[in-house]
Amino acid sequence: MRHLRKILALSLAILMLSAALSACSGGKTNEASPQSTAETTQPQVSAEPVIGGELTVGIAQDLDDTLDPQKMVSAGTREVLFNVYEGLVKPDTKGNLIPAVASDYKISDTGDTFTFTLRDSVKFHNGNVVTVKDVVYSIKRAAGLDTGETLIDGFDAVKSVEAPDEKTVVVTLKEPNIEFLALFTAAIIPDGNDPTKETVGTGPFKFISRSPQENIVLENFSDYWGTPANVDKVTYKIIDNAETLVMSLKSGAVDLVAHLTSAQVKELGEGFTIMEGTMNLVQAVYINNTKEPFNNVKVRQALSYAIDRGAIMDYLADGRGALVGSSMYPAFQKYFKPELVDYYTYDTEKAKQLLRDAGYPDGFEMSITVPSNYQPHVDTAQVIAEQLKAIGVTVNIDLVDWGTWLSKVYQGRDYQSTVIGVDASMMTARAMLERFSSDSGSNFTNFSDPEYDKVFKEAIASTDDEKQVELYKQLQTILTEDAANLYIQDMCDLVAMGNGLQGYEFYPIYVMDLSKVYFTK
Amino acid sequence: MKYILKKVAIFLITLLGISVLVFLAFQIIPGDPTTRMLGTQATPEKVALLREQLGLNEPAVLRYFKWLVGFVKGDYGTSYSYNIPVSELLSGKIAITAALSGISFIMVLVISLPLGVILARFAHSIPDRIISVLNQIIMSIPAFFIGIIFTYVFGLIFKLFTPGDFIPYAEDPSKFWSFLVFPALAIALPKSAMVIKLLRSSMVKEMSEDYVRTAYSRGNSRWQVLSRHVMRNAIIPVITFLAVTLVDIIAGSIIIEQVFAIPGMGRLLLASIIGRDLPVVQTIIMIISIAVISVNYIADISYKYIDPRIRFR
Repeated sequence: MRHLRKILALSLAILMLSAALSACSGGKTNEASPQSTAETTQPQVSAEPVIGGELTVGIAQDLDDTLDPQKMVSAGTREVLFNVYEGLVKPDTKGNLIPAVASDYKISDTGDTFTFTLRDSVKFHNGNVVTVKDVVYSIKRAAGLDTGETLIDGFDAVKSVEAPDEKTVVVTLKEPNIEFLALFTAAIIPDGNDPTKETVGTGPFKFISRSPQENIVLENFSDYWGTPANVDKVTYKIIDNAETLVMSLKSGAVDLVAHLTSAQVKELGEGFTIMEGTMNLVQAVYINNTKEPFNNVKVRQALSYAIDRGAIMDYLADGRGALVGSSMYPAFQKYFKPELVDYYTYDTEKAKQLLRDAGYPDGFEMSITVPSNYQPHVDTAQVIAEQLKAIGVTVNIDLVDWGTWLSKVYQGRDYQSTVIGVDASMMTARAMLERFSSDSGSNFTNFSDPEYDKVFKEAIASTDDEKQVELYKQLQTILTEDAANLYIQDMCDLVAMGNGLQGYEFYPIYVMDLSKVYFTK
Repeated sequence: MKYILKKVAIFLITLLGISVLVFLAFQIIPGDPTTRMLGTQATPEKVALLREQLGLNEPAVLRYFKWLVGFVKGDYGTSYSYNIPVSELLSGKIAITAALSGISFIMVLVISLPLGVILARFAHSIPDRIISVLNQIIMSIPAFFIGIIFTYVFGLIFKLFTPGDFIPYAEDPSKFWSFLVFPALAIALPKSAMVIKLLRSSMVKEMSEDYVRTAYSRGNSRWQVLSRHVMRNAIIPVITFLAVTLVDIIAGSIIIEQVFAIPGMGRLLLASIIGRDLPVVQTIIMIISIAVISVNYIADISYKYIDPRIRFR
């Protein structure tokens, strides 16, 4: 008895100790390999592509706004459904709009009539060929021509949709808008279809099933009109815990995860292909321009000078990311104005002077409201709070959940400042810049400048592409000079692939194209 | 009979109170289902239209009573986020969480009851002291942290399971159960430590009572005394605690489901709170409440069978 007791005690102790030790060594291996893993690619040098295979992708958020491609609002939903639905045109990796369901398009010189020729025998996932009827239905539905309810922002500009013959669809706008082509990336669905009940698109993958908070399953669509996808099946696993997401990659339970932080990538260790791109958004301290003391331009400028953006990027992602100086991100090459990036360089003396001029020689107290579920934004706010101490500004960070952020900050505009990333749901400059015109419903910063409004009206009405680009650049300059917001960066987007997966490509908008990835031997 | 009627009445009043509180909480916190559904595309017009479509423009009191009548009739409403009936949405999730909590509770019993008795039997010996210290340490580690350590140690190093690779029961029952072992253990360990400590001290206290000496003097062996006499008296406070533990386990599984990416009720509850999906939240809270109240009643009733001196009033 006595003997048995000793053995029991001893073996228990050993078990506990070994568990504790291996936990330690597990932690150490990660720390011991700091920078090397953060570099891109290493495993198989000449890896041979394999067609087929089942791909598992880890995503942090379920598609819980809606499965309706014309009603979806969350970036995470857009990213997944990009593989299922297509529009008349679709974006490519360079940001151009290429024909998809349509094989060709023409924009009238007046800039208000778009004529599309349908591609021959594009098939829906249910096997039916796409007809002009389906296209007319889809566009009418998005514009709400029959219901009066516009589903996609900007589609209220559509005056009429007609199909003069079996192959042609003509869309007429109320006013000229040469940027409108980008809106035709809107999903084409079968005539009479309700996408919340039945998911039928024309994309390279067809929708098979979903289980809330568990997974979404897609399958390679064999009748796809374009270059078919490489893998047979895609399972999106919803893993909202950041730690679990990394461990699922390490264990091989998932093959691909996007939007990782550099800390997460460091934790991964070796054997993964890491791709670095940008998130395609503008991260900034967005400011409620009507609230004291931010209604004073000198205060906003002072804060712009007082923020060390390099330090933020170092802290967040070891210096990765791209600096921005206005409400446009660099991947939008056509419109991006690089000169604005360094308009405000870190200079606390200048900042203090401006504060004195503005009548706040001793600084003031301000609050930054941040959604708690976006760790990078929370971290950014914390770094900024520290930096602003140098000019006597005391920052209180107010953490709120996403629902509260949306209703209080975004819709209610009841806040002082907030750290967030603003992206474009469509590849148009207008999508980035419209929100700062005084009467915009999405102007959550309450920015108001008569000059801006005037130039904006001119820009959207312009039918000359070159002139329009110039005007949009002018708008960015106004935002920078007025220090409408404290612009920081377009955050880096890190994608990790395991199990020999290759072929991921970044787009200049927030989507995830899985048709191009492939496994290697 | 009167006792049962009284209990049922309290049961229903408690549930009603909870449902009112949940409903009130959702009236107070900022945002409603339209917030999530419209996201950053929300404009005042769109919000107004969607609120109209979802029936959110009716007065709150009316909406509450509509929900209540539906709930009593067995209609739990439709999820705003997923656009499917709540009953359909929850049917698979409840089973997963129940399985996880069930295994976890069995583990607590299997680990803590024998260990508690053995430690009491050999109280103040060296192994007892070592285990008591370990016990104290384990007790103070939160379950989610044990979960993370387990994932590293048993998942990534010993490869006893694949972290993040939950397999539904319908697909492969044996893989389903084996995946749940470590999450369940992560919940069970700190709880077991507490039960061990309580059972041990409760038994040690009983062992110094007079009736124990009497039992010995009647020629009973040490184990007989422990199992027949001491255990019966020592177990009453432990049962109360086990009831609390079971409730804690259900709550703990909500956290553990996040760590192990198990698509159970807990994850759905958290997601639904963020999405302001009231019908889902209401139903899940009701289910958890019913479970919690029932567990407490079962504990009450079990006292009577263990100790006939306890009478219901």
